[in-house]
Amino acid sequence: MSEAYNFAYLDEGTKRMIRRALLKAVAVPGYQVPFASREMPMPYGWGTGGVQVTAAILGRSDVLKVIDQGADDTTNAVSIRRFFAKTAGVATTTRTTEATVIQTRHRIPETPLTEGQTLVYQVPIPEPLRFLEPRETETRQMHALAEYGLMHVKLYEDISRHGHIATTYAYPVEVAGRYVMDPSPTPKFDNPKMDDCPALQLFGAGRERRIYAVPPYTKVRSLDFEDHPFRVQTFTEPCALCGARGHYLDEVVTDDAGGRMFICSDTDACETRREDAR
Amino acid sequence: MTPLLSAHGLTKTYGPRKACDGVDIDVTEGEVLAIVGESGSGKSTLLSMLAGELAPDSGEVRYRDREGRVRSLGEIGPAELRALARTDWGFVRQDAAQGLRMAVSAGGNVGERLMGLGQRHYGNIRAQALDWLDRVEIAADRIDDPPTCFSGGMRQRLQIARNLVTAPGLVLMDEPTSGLDVSVQARLLDLIRRLSGELGLAVVIVTHDLAVARLLSHRIAVMRAGKVVETGLTDQVLDDPADAYTQLLVSSVLAA
Repeated sequence: MSEAYNFAYLDEGTKRMIRRALLKAVAVPGYQVPFASREMPMPYGWGTGGVQVTAAILGRSDVLKVIDQGADDTTNAVSIRRFFAKTAGVATTTRTTEATVIQTRHRIPETPLTEGQTLVYQVPIPEPLRFLEPRETETRQMHALAEYGLMHVKLYEDISRHGHIATTYAYPVEVAGRYVMDPSPTPKFDNPKMDDCPALQLFGAGRERRIYAVPPYTKVRSLDFEDHPFRVQTFTEPCALCGARGHYLDEVVTDDAGGRMFICSDTDACETRREDAR
Repeated sequence: MTPLLSAHGLTKTYGPRKACDGVDIDVTEGEVLAIVGESGSGKSTLLSMLAGELAPDSGEVRYRDREGRVRSLGEIGPAELRALARTDWGFVRQDAAQGLRMAVSAGGNVGERLMGLGQRHYGNIRAQALDWLDRVEIAADRIDDPPTCFSGGMRQRLQIARNLVTAPGLVLMDEPTSGLDVSVQARLLDLIRRLSGELGLAVVIVTHDLAVARLLSHRIAVMRAGKVVETGLTDQVLDDPADAYTQLLVSSVLAA
């Protein structure tokens, strides 16, 4: 651990400010709480919101896991893990079951989360209504009055254009029967995992300066139409490495002759299965 | 019978200028009222106040809701006002880009109010959108095109469909035909007249075009410098104007 930084990089006053926003977010599930987002030593889009939330909740005894599209070994995941190892001196892991805090960019681990774990999402655009309604004053009103017809206009457009709801990521959800929320660009495959989840789910958007949360055991419902119900992606093949079915798979191009394989996007779940099989 | 909408002493000032000065207006069910006057006479300000989008400095707008209760726009909160504006009322804007969602398909534009009311059956929403596109003479195969691909006249007709899909009792229109060429105007006016007759719709239409007022409206209110200078039956006011300003206005129109 480096002595040059305060514990987990941010100063105590900033962490307190973020914790206050987090408490409010947990108290009003799905509501976007504004917070005074700080400049972080990484560019916007690399997880500045998630890093600030993680910094604010991290304790000395926490075990941190960071994933980027499900993988522990990609640049973003490695550098954020190293960042907190250096500035907070906390233990890090790639094992979902060992982690107490998991910062994620766009996946929820396949291994079911448990009570006491916290999942921190990196969020680029927190406002689910933004692409249809550019005015912030208007979207705030719409949230305040629970006017969510517009969200269905987006799904309507999908069906009219593609014959089915073609939104596959950042699929809007209704939290605790009230606020409509963008679950960050996770694949909609992961939406059912958010519902009634025993772990605490926190969302940080650094550039847009918003924090929101889903407390443990909260109802999270994906929006849909009666005649076009919500469905997750399915895969015809199992994972080429571990043989798992029911995991979210990434397509990997293996040569320039059309060769490809489908493997688990969650590297930890994949490795664990392969170890168990040995 | 109490009027559907009634305004008393509506006044709005912008700095030293009075845009509206003690305007009284009543609109009864199924009636088409035209508000005419030169530009800058306060017509659009008046319409914004009637729609509840602009708070008057003094005066009051009352409306009768579906249950027959008479309410004041100043008393109801923003939630109720917004619900009123997207169910019982409609607003057709001069600039279609303000009244439509330009990035959303025609069907989505018409369906938005239905989804706002909680309809969650895609097939039903689409069927109603198709029905309304047909009623405003937009071909069914244009349902998935965005309004950016539509002509000016089609955009205005789409706005009308979008507003009428929830069967409102009152529609406010701000210069819906200006900026359109004459033949397209005529077609749109025909459509508005037919729909308002069929549906028993009350319409308040703001226009600077006396021919539009003549064709559409039952009653007319002439505004000048923020005041209503003359009201009456359309033919009466236009054929036999009592007020000096109305006489000037009527005589200044070139005969076709």
